[in-house]
Amino acid sequence: MIPSIPSSRYFRGIYATYVVLFFVYLILPLAVVAVFSFNDSLFPSLPWNGGTLDWFLGESEPRLGIFHDDELLGSIGVSFWVALGVTLLSLSLATCNAFLFERHDFAGKGFLYMLMLTPLVIPGVILGVSILIFSSSIANGLEDNYGLEIEWLRPGLPLVILGQFAFITTIATLVISARLRRFDHSLEEAALNLGASRLAVVRTITLPYLRPAIIGAGIVTFLMSFENFNTTLMLVGSDAPLTIAMFDRLREGSTPVLNAVSVLLMVGSAILGLISLFVQKPRDE
Amino acid sequence: MSAVTGLSFRDSGKLGLLLLISPLLLWLSLFILLPHVDLVMISLRERVAAREYAFSWSNYTAFFTEPLYWRTFMRTAVMSILATALTLLIAFPVAFYIAKMVRGRFKALLFVLCLIPFWVSELVRTYGWMILLRETGIFSGLLQWLGWVDQPVEMLYNDVAIMVGLVYTSMLFMVVPLVTTLEGLDDSLIEAAYDLGGSHFRVIWDVVIPHAMPGIVSGCIVVFMLTLGNYLTPTLLGGKDSLWFTEQIYTQFITRFNWEQGSAFGMLLLILSSFIVWAGLKLSRQSFTRVMT
Repeated sequence: MIPSIPSSRYFRGIYATYVVLFFVYLILPLAVVAVFSFNDSLFPSLPWNGGTLDWFLGESEPRLGIFHDDELLGSIGVSFWVALGVTLLSLSLATCNAFLFERHDFAGKGFLYMLMLTPLVIPGVILGVSILIFSSSIANGLEDNYGLEIEWLRPGLPLVILGQFAFITTIATLVISARLRRFDHSLEEAALNLGASRLAVVRTITLPYLRPAIIGAGIVTFLMSFENFNTTLMLVGSDAPLTIAMFDRLREGSTPVLNAVSVLLMVGSAILGLISLFVQKPRDE
Repeated sequence: MSAVTGLSFRDSGKLGLLLLISPLLLWLSLFILLPHVDLVMISLRERVAAREYAFSWSNYTAFFTEPLYWRTFMRTAVMSILATALTLLIAFPVAFYIAKMVRGRFKALLFVLCLIPFWVSELVRTYGWMILLRETGIFSGLLQWLGWVDQPVEMLYNDVAIMVGLVYTSMLFMVVPLVTTLEGLDDSLIEAAYDLGGSHFRVIWDVVIPHAMPGIVSGCIVVFMLTLGNYLTPTLLGGKDSLWFTEQIYTQFITRFNWEQGSAFGMLLLILSSFIVWAGLKLSRQSFTRVMT
């Protein structure tokens, strides 16, 4: 069971094998996606025809590589701007929320905290449709009563950003609150005693302390937005973010250019993941 | 402690509280509460003429009278429960291994290794399973190479493929809470249980599992919720006949443009997921706030 309890070699062997198999299972789908991005074939499947870089560098159909596929490159750009917008909005609100829940006591705090957590248990598709119908209701109301045509309340990128922001904020709030909770109040008190204003204290002491958590939350937020599918699917207009563009191609059946995009995504996520691990490594504790 | 902090930020005034609480209230009301109120309202109306609506239960009665709808609903619920149970069964030994059997750097490495696949988009992971399972895919090729079958086997587009994909996608959300709670279990408790003559089974059942309960519950709730609301995996791995309830919602909203029916479906799915979350918390006597944070 645990190392200090004697157990048979047989048991330990089986247990270790199970864990190894589990990790093989985890890695296998990603490994095949990566390997087949180098397959010299028009389909991401067997047989293996030898290696090629066409799916990255190919310049014309049918072997159009990702670096020349304007449609996919455009959708990466769309996803990037959406993710940036979601990250900025979520981080601002999440930082406010963290201060509110960690530093203030007020009537109904427990209830509001619970409400703040509910986006975690609302399926993404439903959050998407509820925001879709609510914004359409507002848009219809404004149009019927005041003759106002408000484009961004109709399906499209602004709505995608708002829809993702609606639930990603909760996750950012949890990350930032967790760090603010461990903050040593005496640092702020010392600064206050030395005559600093409250705003100056927050700016020069509390926010720098929170920086690793804010950067970490920012990376998680960015990735969650970049990879979001369910909520985006319901709110998307004519400009497709990457996940939607890839989904459409997958259903049509596509060349291994999708594998090449996936490899780029893996590399990008890995870099961001490493940065977040590095940033959040506590040096000051 | 509270007396000292009382001097600093605790009472930074009504204004500070107001400034911090208004964005929260705006967010919760505009993006969470009002949209769902609207969802309920629209699900309870029926178009009687162009741009004219009347109160009606018809969208809900349609659900119960059309077998395809409620069968899809029940199928989604049952398969989600099954996927959650399978994820727990597969993840628990691994989580225990990481939490208790290994130490130091190796432990950190294994833990990070568990996280890595989930930094990558669900779309990519599902795509990987498609390449593995399809007729011209790896498993089919492997079986032919081994000589176990003489022609390509299609392993995609069936319920097992959906289940494999769902369990895979959910794994992280089970392993992380389990490792976190199991790490809090003191080794000496397990040792004491053995010293007192407990069998492997008794020790796991009476000591390890009760301790891990908060992690089990939060893992199961999140996994169930994500599975129930999943769209991508059933659609891509299950093909045309995957019959997942989120597809019904999508069809009503986007293909048929019947928002009234779609809203009713959305409400039903939301009620089901809330009920399961509530039941899970009640059965395990956990609080929502504690489980989610």
